[in-house]
Amino acid sequence: MSTKSLYQEVILDHNRKPRNYGTLEHASHKAVGHNPLCGDHLDITLQLKDDHINQIAFHGESCAICKASASMMTTAVKGKTRSDAETLIQEFREMTLGELDLESPHHLGRLTVFSGIRDLPTRVKCAILPWHTLHAALNDLTDVSTEATNDPVQNISENASDSV
Amino acid sequence: MAQNNVLAALHTSAEFDVERIRADFPILSIEVEGKPLVYLDNAASSQMPQQVIDRLVHYQTAQHANINRAVHYLSEVATDEYEKARHKIQQFVNAREQREIIFTSGTTDSINLVMHGYGRRFIQAGDEIILTTLEHHSNIVPWQMLAKEKGAVIRVVPINDAGELDIDAYEKLFNERTKFVGLIHVSNALGTINPVKQMIDYAHQHNVPVLIDGAQAAPHIPIDVQALDCDFYAFSAHKLCGPTGVGMLYGKASLLEAMQPFKGGGDMIASVTFEKTTYADIPHKFEAGTPPIAAVIGFGAAVDYLCSIGMDQIAAHETKLLHYATERINAIKGARILGTAAEKTAVISFVLDGVHPHDIGTILSQDGIAVRTGHHCAQPVMQRYNVPATSRASFAFYNDLSEVDVLIEGIQNVQKIFL
Repeated sequence: MSTKSLYQEVILDHNRKPRNYGTLEHASHKAVGHNPLCGDHLDITLQLKDDHINQIAFHGESCAICKASASMMTTAVKGKTRSDAETLIQEFREMTLGELDLESPHHLGRLTVFSGIRDLPTRVKCAILPWHTLHAALNDLTDVSTEATNDPVQNISENASDSV
Repeated sequence: MAQNNVLAALHTSAEFDVERIRADFPILSIEVEGKPLVYLDNAASSQMPQQVIDRLVHYQTAQHANINRAVHYLSEVATDEYEKARHKIQQFVNAREQREIIFTSGTTDSINLVMHGYGRRFIQAGDEIILTTLEHHSNIVPWQMLAKEKGAVIRVVPINDAGELDIDAYEKLFNERTKFVGLIHVSNALGTINPVKQMIDYAHQHNVPVLIDGAQAAPHIPIDVQALDCDFYAFSAHKLCGPTGVGMLYGKASLLEAMQPFKGGGDMIASVTFEKTTYADIPHKFEAGTPPIAAVIGFGAAVDYLCSIGMDQIAAHETKLLHYATERINAIKGARILGTAAEKTAVISFVLDGVHPHDIGTILSQDGIAVRTGHHCAQPVMQRYNVPATSRASFAFYNDLSEVDVLIEGIQNVQKIFL
């Protein structure tokens, strides 16, 4: 893959002007995500109302891939049910790991701009971190690390299969 | 235009022919993503010349057997070649005796050997170990483990904004409880060359032994352990054109003899019964088990190769690269070099306004340029500068000035993308 196709305008735009950037004062759910290998971190706060993500915000320091992924994630899951959000988390994870057939029906929409990251294994964690953090927030886990012994991916898989 | 300056500069160096040297390194002619490789991650690991590759092939093809064991021909050849490598390393660092050179799996292993063999024997509760802010994690974590086990205390020498150690603060740390100093010779994150001779002398005035982590020094500047009078010196082969999986520890014979073995097993014994084992003499006392024989012989070949060029010549060429790259990066608006010590090797850690190092690294890779991004296993240095990570271009003697130009264009391209 060419990194030129990864650093597309849509990703650069979300990096420059991240959507839903900040912290919700009255969050019902929140979590912090870390990547200790590079020092990146972000926190996610959200308001769940009638099982829908009513409001969501993120805040932190990270590379462009992570920040754009977080920004686009917040716009994608806002208004969605918890279970729809979990489906997106699962699909996004599978896409970045190269396990999702993009020709088959999925719900990722514009998030497929991140599909090229599957060819950059060292950067996959950057793209996935916001999604793992969202998963942690939705499941009342306070924090998540890319280097944790408990692989958040495992939790996602288990919970996702529960919800299907 | 810059290209012409480069060629002009190269022609002024008559003895040091970088083009001829580059031809020794097969990997330097590969392409990455359709672009010529520009390898600027030498502080992480250097590349291997054909001479060392050939030596490894010859060993595996015609000389391999286990060492120090059998009386058959091949075992004698392999043992002889292995010990010849030890002799080459001894000469490379100007150690007094060959038995003062111990082969390890690398710098980390060497430091752990000293921690276990010396530290666990001689450091007690309440004793103090002096380290510096510039240390690589490999010269921090083993001492923290020891401190935790023994109830010892770690004291840290601070750095100034240029990335130079505060020598006054270092000297003030000494007291009657000070029992050990661990000191990086050249900072892997910033390139700072520390005044180790002066610091060793001061420690010795207090009868405190000093371990020098030379992982980033030995590939770039001449090392003389007798002139330094260091008690221990450690480095890895793979950062000086040798194979991975092998490194060395120099230790003064009297200290090595007083130390406990780090690992028990075959090759490190004089005699074994179930009642009592007598250890072998140094250096074998510290070389339990079958060592990476091919890698050790390759290590010797790498040292031969460096010596055939000359460490002074290497240092001079790399200094030229450092000055040129520093000047050109400083001229980029929005770029900032971390680590501006007066004495530096050709390591340039930098940050770009508004662009995360990982994005820089990925985009540079698209142009065939290999730099390291991250905290460089030196998180205390990153904390000192209040950055999570940097991008690091680290040069070797086989890099040329035109590669600096490619790096600069690459950085400008990154800025264009993030405009």
